[in-house]
Amino acid sequence: MIVYPEGVFYCHVEADDVAEIVEEHLLKGRIVERLLFKEPLTEETIPSYQDIDFYKKQHRIVLSNCGRINPESIQEYIAAGGYEAAGKALTEMTPEEVIAEVKNAGLRGRGGAGFPTGLKWELTRKTESDKKYLVCNADEGDPGAFMDRSLLEGDPHRIIEGMIIAAYAIGADEGYIYIRAEYPLAIERLELAIEQAQNLGLLGKDILGSGFDFDLHIKKGAGAFVCGEETALMASIEGKRGMPRPKPPFPSVSGLWGKPTNINNVETFANVPYIINYGAEAFNSIGTEKSKGTKVFALTGKINNTGLVEVPMGITLREIIYDIGGGMNQGKKFKAVQTGGPSGGCIPAELLDLKIDYESLQEVGAMMGSGGMVVMDDSTCMVDVARFFLSFTQSESCGKCTPCREGTKRMLEILNRICSGEGREGDLELLEELANHIKETSLCQLGGSAPNPVLSTLLYFRDEYEAHIKDKRCPANVCEGMGAVYVIDENKCVGCGMCARVCPIEAISGKPKEPYRINEDLCISCGACAAKCPVGAISQG
Amino acid sequence: MKSLKELRELRETLQKEISARNSAGKPKIIIGMGTCGIAAGAREILHTVLEEIERRKLDVVVTQTGCIGMCEKEPLLDVQLPGKERITYGNLKKDDVKRIIVEHVINGNIVTDLAIARFEEGRD
Amino acid sequence: MAILKLTLRFNKRGILVKGSVPIMSKVTLTIDGQKVQVDADKTILEAAQEIGIKIPTLCYHPDLSLHGSCRVCVVENLANNRLLASCVTPVMEGMEISTLSARARRARRRNVELLLANHPNDCLGCDRNGSCELQEITHEMSIRREDVERFAGETRDLPVDETGPSLKRDPNKCILCGRCVRVCEEIQGVSALQFSSRGFDSIVTTAFDLPQSEVNCANCGQCAAVCPVGAITEVSEIDRVWRVIEDPEKYVVVQTAPSIQATIGEEFGFEPGTVVTGKLVAALKKLGFDKVFSTEFSADLTIMEEGNEFIKRIKGHKNLPHITSCCPGWIKFAEHNYPDLLNHLSTAKSPQQMFSAITKTYYAEKAGIDPANIYTVAVMPCTAKKFEKEREEHRDSGYQDTDAVLTTRELARMIKEVGLDFANLEDEHYDEIMGSLTGAATIFGTTGGVTEAALRTVKEVLTGEPLERLELGYMGIKEAEVEIGDRKYNIAVVSGLANAAKLLDEVRAGSSKYDWIEVMACPHGCVGGGGQPLPATKEKKDKRAMGLASIDKSNTIRKSHENLDIIRLYEEFLGEPLSGESHHLLHTTYRKRDKN
Repeated sequence: MIVYPEGVFYCHVEADDVAEIVEEHLLKGRIVERLLFKEPLTEETIPSYQDIDFYKKQHRIVLSNCGRINPESIQEYIAAGGYEAAGKALTEMTPEEVIAEVKNAGLRGRGGAGFPTGLKWELTRKTESDKKYLVCNADEGDPGAFMDRSLLEGDPHRIIEGMIIAAYAIGADEGYIYIRAEYPLAIERLELAIEQAQNLGLLGKDILGSGFDFDLHIKKGAGAFVCGEETALMASIEGKRGMPRPKPPFPSVSGLWGKPTNINNVETFANVPYIINYGAEAFNSIGTEKSKGTKVFALTGKINNTGLVEVPMGITLREIIYDIGGGMNQGKKFKAVQTGGPSGGCIPAELLDLKIDYESLQEVGAMMGSGGMVVMDDSTCMVDVARFFLSFTQSESCGKCTPCREGTKRMLEILNRICSGEGREGDLELLEELANHIKETSLCQLGGSAPNPVLSTLLYFRDEYEAHIKDKRCPANVCEGMGAVYVIDENKCVGCGMCARVCPIEAISGKPKEPYRINEDLCISCGACAAKCPVGAISQG
Repeated sequence: MKSLKELRELRETLQKEISARNSAGKPKIIIGMGTCGIAAGAREILHTVLEEIERRKLDVVVTQTGCIGMCEKEPLLDVQLPGKERITYGNLKKDDVKRIIVEHVINGNIVTDLAIARFEEGRD
Repeated sequence: MAILKLTLRFNKRGILVKGSVPIMSKVTLTIDGQKVQVDADKTILEAAQEIGIKIPTLCYHPDLSLHGSCRVCVVENLANNRLLASCVTPVMEGMEISTLSARARRARRRNVELLLANHPNDCLGCDRNGSCELQEITHEMSIRREDVERFAGETRDLPVDETGPSLKRDPNKCILCGRCVRVCEEIQGVSALQFSSRGFDSIVTTAFDLPQSEVNCANCGQCAAVCPVGAITEVSEIDRVWRVIEDPEKYVVVQTAPSIQATIGEEFGFEPGTVVTGKLVAALKKLGFDKVFSTEFSADLTIMEEGNEFIKRIKGHKNLPHITSCCPGWIKFAEHNYPDLLNHLSTAKSPQQMFSAITKTYYAEKAGIDPANIYTVAVMPCTAKKFEKEREEHRDSGYQDTDAVLTTRELARMIKEVGLDFANLEDEHYDEIMGSLTGAATIFGTTGGVTEAALRTVKEVLTGEPLERLELGYMGIKEAEVEIGDRKYNIAVVSGLANAAKLLDEVRAGSSKYDWIEVMACPHGCVGGGGQPLPATKEKKDKRAMGLASIDKSNTIRKSHENLDIIRLYEEFLGEPLSGESHHLLHTTYRKRDKN
């Protein structure tokens, strides 16, 4: 349709659009932009994915299909090369060859601990038994981590394919995917994917004519963090309380229902098809000497581009945070990055150029973990951060062993009192004593790593702890109710009233030109008044 | 399927079908439907897309995909016109969808101010 | 007569190992500088015990699966500087274990301190004062109050469950060692107790936090017997018994269960299994009981009733296998789990209940005492007996048949309270007319005893021939084929309710080959009862059982039907076994209970 006298050409006009054209163009004289015919733009003006900062330094192996294919279509997965690796492994390779390939690739467990995957498979393969199980640990529980969820939602067939290959390698005919019930969409897509794979004969009896049988079940977890620990996870699959048991025996010897069992994380399985398709060398050419391939991180916190990234091992934290993550939000100052979730640690600015792999992170008191990466700026109180993570592990402890159940509680009590301004001389030493004790004597790695956030912040941010204890001050102004309240020096106060205006809880009163007063009972020690006072009359008493 | 050969044949058939559809088939709208996308409003985007298609009687394929990683920019929606590259739009609101459908899907004009990136074939 | 021994073995990891354990390869390691060579499946703790090195433990129990939760047994492997929980860590070649290193010692101590920081400081008022394992470790480690106070903070503050007649549970004293959970699940197959909640809020509790008396608990008291602290104890009836002893109107009659004479000595420094019958009687008389009898008298009576009931059943091919009914823990377990099989249970009351019913009728008449003034006390190895006496079915004398039940431990406490020098008491004899007893009755106190006693009488009644000794031992499940006349009878004897369930499942499935099954809820039978002296291990229970066997062997009268007081009881009062009066006073009924 063409509107005269301007001669404006509108195209694909619908009945509804006419009303708008009449209203906007004819009555108000404004051209309805969206219906205008435009000269087609060349696509090149839009940046390619590979050219935008967020993706430039990424290396997407396990995420290569995520966001590209329809996760509910096995056809799209197959068209993208899916199940080729499983077919190749099952029909053209022996289990030993598969294990050798994975060993040569240098793939290590992506759940956090970094145990060599091929070796784990070999141990399970070598245990003689009439029955073996394969388990996928999808009990992703770290606060702020969503790698597994995204993978399972975005490319469920890749995990199934990885599991088929692993099952073939170890000699298991039955597998479980243990996934938290809080991931309904991932469960739905997995269920659909399993059904599709079964219908095409990629799961079940005699897969691709190889004579190898393998089928999969989904087991929903009730959201206990400790069920990510492999022995607790197995207990939970068996219908028992999710409580870790001592190792040995390791699952490779006695796992599910006493049978040899191999447990790997979602991301670990997702790497396997690539290794089989492209070979160990293609994989181990990426990464550092001891950590090969890529790692998926869930990038969150005070940076510009939050999201899910896959980067080669050996990339620096600076590259992830500044190049991929786009730097700090609102131009604030970087303070620390927390990796490894409640089992990890906080890494300070001076270590930003650390090349990340399993070993380097452990050396600085953090951990690869499953891939949570929380970036913090200078408005974050590191004592409060330590307290947050410890309160998480404390309440998620299974309660079985003494150090974890009782010890983390006592540590949390100490942190609570430090954060409320009641910290005492000797508290930091007591914290360290308990932290090391819990690490050394806990039954499982939940307790074994629970003190890490406290220890790493004590290592890099001890001055903040000391400010809380000695000066009764929270340098980041996060901890409320620190013991020492603020007072106004009557001799210095000029009665401008600015303090009263900034006080968030109206604890300051007075008349103009006369000294103001702070109500000690109300003061929350936030320090806003002291920062505002033009004559420096306010200080902590 | 009873052999690797059958699998490979199936793959070839599927690839041919897909590429035929991409070069000469219908326009395709792909919505990021991971939990992150849904949390950011992807369901509402999907409903708007379906409404617009219904209203304008368009012959368009609507499908979904998982999370591509840019959670910050969710909800995301891709448009792929036959023979053209797939374009990703982000930070979408309901009204943006109408614009994208009219300008890009119908008229073939990329909505540059909403576009984030394009998939370049053959580059990973 | 062929005796087959069916052995079911579980290894330390709770995995069933059928038959004999294969020959193990050996591992060499050093512990505190001493070289030791042990089987490869041994733990560091077991290796240390072999060479006499003591490592403190709390959650560890030799009769239960390994748990590894208290971390009080931590030692250091100097070869890699790692701290290890010795009770669960298998030995490995080349380990250099130190129990003495500063790190190991501090770690052990700190874990005890952490436990104490969340444990009531109530030793003086606690039932387990003096027998508490936590108290002992605290003492041995010289932990002072200030060591614990540096960890002071929140402590558990939960209600005490003392609603039931048998067991009292104080969750605030619990150290979450899980022994009760394990014994209830692994040995008893009941699982009345489980861990619940997480982190610091973790507790051991029943399903839905119901009172223990309202769930499927059998009241066996094995939880109390393995509890290292005072978190689970019997409900004490000491005060009640003192009150009636002090009441001049009351005629207080006490009976002592067969096993007591071989166990109570432990409370006074005797070796397990030492027979102290005469001192036990003397002590009871000194405490002020009016008459002191033995439950062995009514054990013989039970054999007369139950033996004849069995004969009737085999003649009529009815309700076989015949299953014994003298154990109240077993009865409640059956009512919860096998209500469909209750017709297999003997209707004979337990010896305790027979005794009290006869006391308030026959004895009252004989002694010329108004039964309303008679107060019957039973000294039992058992906490389930406290529940049994409260059952509505047990009022056949016109009164509550049994008024109070004391465990062995409670009686020992009463003896200690008055300051009797138990070890040096002059031996005394049980009182007359219900005082004679046989060797058959004595062995009621161990697993297999009831069966042997019954068969001695059954075989003689049917064939006139005496029974050869069965000597089945004290394992969990035993079976025997016994020839009586021209027929062979398949006999099974089982202790531990988890074992019982296996046989009962066969009965339910119709695949049981047995004619007779004896069930005792507690492993080893009454010598391993939930009310016996603490601590109790398999080893100690073996010795107690051997003590009872020695009494049987030395007794001149070893068959229940030869007990002269029993013969007189039938002549003068009951008529004959299974008579109308017998049925009224000595038999009972059972009821279906919910599974959970």
